[in-house]
Amino acid sequence: MANFLQSSIGKKVLMSITGLFLISFLVVHCFLNSFIFFNDGGVMFNEGAEFMAHNPIIRTMEIVLFIGIILHIVQALILTLQNQKARPIKYAVQNGAANSKWYSRSMGLLGTLILMFLIIHLKHFWYVSRLTDEITSGEETLFGEMIEVFENPMIVLLYVLAMFSLGYHLLHGFQSAFQSLGLNHKKYSPLIAAIGFWFSIIVPFIFAMMPISIYFGLIK
Amino acid sequence: MSTGNMNLTLKIWRQKNGKEAGNLVSYQVKDISPDMSFLEMIDVLNEQLINKGDESIAFDHDCREGICGMCSMFINGRAHGPKEGITTCQLHMRSFKDGDTIVVEPWRAASFPVIKDLTVDRSAFDRIIAKGGYISVNTGNAQDANNIPIPKTEADAAFNAAACIGCGACVATCKNSSAMLFVAAKISQFALLPQGQVERETRALNMVNQMDEEGFGNCTNTGACEVECPKGISLENIARMNREFYLANIK
Repeated sequence: MANFLQSSIGKKVLMSITGLFLISFLVVHCFLNSFIFFNDGGVMFNEGAEFMAHNPIIRTMEIVLFIGIILHIVQALILTLQNQKARPIKYAVQNGAANSKWYSRSMGLLGTLILMFLIIHLKHFWYVSRLTDEITSGEETLFGEMIEVFENPMIVLLYVLAMFSLGYHLLHGFQSAFQSLGLNHKKYSPLIAAIGFWFSIIVPFIFAMMPISIYFGLIK
Repeated sequence: MSTGNMNLTLKIWRQKNGKEAGNLVSYQVKDISPDMSFLEMIDVLNEQLINKGDESIAFDHDCREGICGMCSMFINGRAHGPKEGITTCQLHMRSFKDGDTIVVEPWRAASFPVIKDLTVDRSAFDRIIAKGGYISVNTGNAQDANNIPIPKTEADAAFNAAACIGCGACVATCKNSSAMLFVAAKISQFALLPQGQVERETRALNMVNQMDEEGFGNCTNTGACEVECPKGISLENIARMNREFYLANIK
């Protein structure tokens, strides 16, 4: 097993499994946050957040999620360093656009942008709800925290730009994960590519709509 | 000078040997026929250099008909030049315009060290093949072919994988210098056929391990190799290799 994980293919497999796990998290996160669109002053959303905060399964998954993120990042760093070592002298001219999509060649850059966003995002909400007693004491709700954070147009802009990074990262990552796992099939690969394409547009779009609609007062 | 002939500026990588640093050197060639192959154009340049008493440009070439895989040249940022599905010897000067500047570099990968100028050492591929790119050959008479029926689709897939000429364009093109398309083709051509079953698991394990040991990079599924491969080897083969490798690890 250790040998497998140290091999190039083993690292790819770990990259894709952690990636797909993070994608499954996006689905849950997006679904629960969409409760704000009920536009009921955050009642449904706060109830959902309350459930997530006290459910032991969710609390355990939160730890697994952090492990997943760290593994995904550490593997990416190891792979990137190895890949750079594999070509010590670069080409004077390389026309990458002729044979591949820019976002498939920029996964490291897009991932770094997402990580920077993630740190800010965790500071805004995870830190406040888990590491301070602002919400447990009833002084503030998570929904109230959202309204407050998204008053700032710069933060709204940052969130929206981060969703573009996420969208392009997913556009390559979603189908790439299946290819790494050895799933390349004449019948099913086009289906996976189509699901990946729409997932990469719809999920970041829903996320981006949250700060936008709060900023413009559509959600109160 | 016949009509349509062209004058070109070439920027070609010159490097005395593997130890010394190289650099791009500019050359002018005149009256190049659009019907010449790219290699014939380099031949013309080399004659010019030899007549002047300069050292000619070293480059690999052998069959000059697209099947030996020797003519490794990275032309204007692409393996084997601007056209798809061909090697450098099959690239004709009609793909360029009068007055063009053409940059020619060797394959760039730590696992393909430059020997001289545009020639690189691709023996890393040979060492990968030696680890499992073969089948056990039984002695005695061949049995009746009808005893081992092979579905046409499998036979075709194996044949398509076997079309790999080991030119290294996949490594040269890949932003990570990954050799996965090459190794995948060599594993696939046997994994799909009954003759390849005896060493199926050890082949996948040993060839992938050797690929890693040679210092090739890791695949990130950009798909560039598939586009630049002169023989159209498909990414399906990489998926198959991944399956072969992890299934072999489980057993």
